[in-house]
Amino acid sequence: MKDIVIRDLSITLGEARILDAISFSVQAGECFGLVGESGSGKSTILRCLSLLMKQWQGEVRIGGQDVRAMPVVERCRTMQMVFQDPYGSLHPRQSVRTVLAEPLRIHGLDDPRGRMDRAMTEVGLPLAFLDRYPHQLSGGQRQRVAIARALILEPDVLLLDEPTSALDVSVQAEILNLLADLRERRGFTYVMVSHDLAVVDHMCDRFAVMQKGQLVEVLGRGALTGVPGQGARHPYARELIDASIAYDRAM
Amino acid sequence: MQTETLKKGRTMTVPGLAPLGRILRFLMRQPTSAFGLGVIGLLIFGAVFAPWLATHDPYAQDLANTLAPPGGGHWFGTDELGRDIWSRLVWGTRITLTIIALVTVVVGPIGLAVGTIAGYYGGKVDTVMMRITDIFLSFPSLILSLAFVAALGPSLSNAIIAIALTSWPPIARLARAETLTFRAEDYVSAARLQGASDARIILKSIVPMCLPSVLIRLTLNMATVILTAAGLGFLGLGAQPPLPEWGAMIATGRRYMIDSWWLVTFPGIAILCVSLAFNLVGDGLRDALDPKQMNRR
Repeated sequence: MKDIVIRDLSITLGEARILDAISFSVQAGECFGLVGESGSGKSTILRCLSLLMKQWQGEVRIGGQDVRAMPVVERCRTMQMVFQDPYGSLHPRQSVRTVLAEPLRIHGLDDPRGRMDRAMTEVGLPLAFLDRYPHQLSGGQRQRVAIARALILEPDVLLLDEPTSALDVSVQAEILNLLADLRERRGFTYVMVSHDLAVVDHMCDRFAVMQKGQLVEVLGRGALTGVPGQGARHPYARELIDASIAYDRAM
Repeated sequence: MQTETLKKGRTMTVPGLAPLGRILRFLMRQPTSAFGLGVIGLLIFGAVFAPWLATHDPYAQDLANTLAPPGGGHWFGTDELGRDIWSRLVWGTRITLTIIALVTVVVGPIGLAVGTIAGYYGGKVDTVMMRITDIFLSFPSLILSLAFVAALGPSLSNAIIAIALTSWPPIARLARAETLTFRAEDYVSAARLQGASDARIILKSIVPMCLPSVLIRLTLNMATVILTAAGLGFLGLGAQPPLPEWGAMIATGRRYMIDSWWLVTFPGIAILCVSLAFNLVGDGLRDALDPKQMNRR
């Protein structure tokens, strides 16, 4: 279990501030949500943390170590990411077995067969699926494979980039339960991007509200359930939460 | 342990051969691409069994029997030196196939490497590589091959080198365009997060995605290669006499064209059929390798 500390994470492209001095910390084993409208910079934060994007200023520490100073091999085995679109995140010409075997081969880990079997069992897929190709799987099954791929290097931190938004509602619940279950068993630290506050309410202990590249407020789950004294103070955060609650009622 | 995982990796790629049969079956189902495959099959058959299929020695001259019209002794007639045209055509398949095979083997990897590297890295690498490609593309390929052959000296192997040098740029362009669409995909990001090196990402994630369109392009390219080779042969810059190269056969037969039509007609038909066949198979491959079609099956 590792904690995450982010200090003054900023991206400036010319005049535009894409991210403006984002600072927050995530405790070890916590599930931390990032919410906000599209374009507010939620996914960009994950891309910065995982160094898929490198042109940022500031500091990110995972388990006390600066991510930039971490050797690649260690970084890969510390954090993995699950992407939003399970249709785009699996290579269309690689079988599930290849998808899972690649990271093991890159890192030269022993017992690849055992590790693959375990990862498949962990995400609730039958071992026979190892020889399937992505187009032979449903959306939910693909996302399970994507999660298995993230698990196979046994990371401490999982970055979840709207892991359920591309799935239909019944499958969403399955994947969320799987993620919650995995966290309980394995003690992962999650950073989860979502624009569905119901998902955040279900999964996250705390969450940050983002707007236009700025972190507006960090709130506890109580802000969503209306616990007195824990409500949002910032007008934008309050508006967002009220709108979401009103939407849920309307449904 | 490492070797064990490596070995396992090999065996995993073996099922990759299975789609080959499926693609062949798909091609056979359509009359046009089936015709193309048939002609290419005949070409390969002719090249392999040339010594048995040919009725005469392709180099044997018979000055008493020059320019004989097609008939019993010589199915396709004889040329100005009394050589049997049928036998020369059959032996010529070997030359044609050699040219196609060598050019493709050289051009495919070069084009794929230049294109994927330029597309994947972008920026300055891309600019430099693509400007070089543009320079090659800005000449008509026959003219450029002519220039190369003129510089290197006329011979079959130089013709092959010249054709290869002029036909990689379109492949590189295509591979780059494909790479640009794939490099931002999540599966590439995922591979990067797993610690895959750039070379590994290009080889394992990007090249397999570019391969279908590059294969199609290469197949269509073969038609052009045959025509360019024939053109070079016709101009006397490709295969040198007495090699039975089809283009060269037309070139020498041209002088007797009015009285002895068979000298140019049969090699001409051979060139037409083979380049048409590669075009048709290329078209069929495009349908067969279309990812959407793959998903449907």
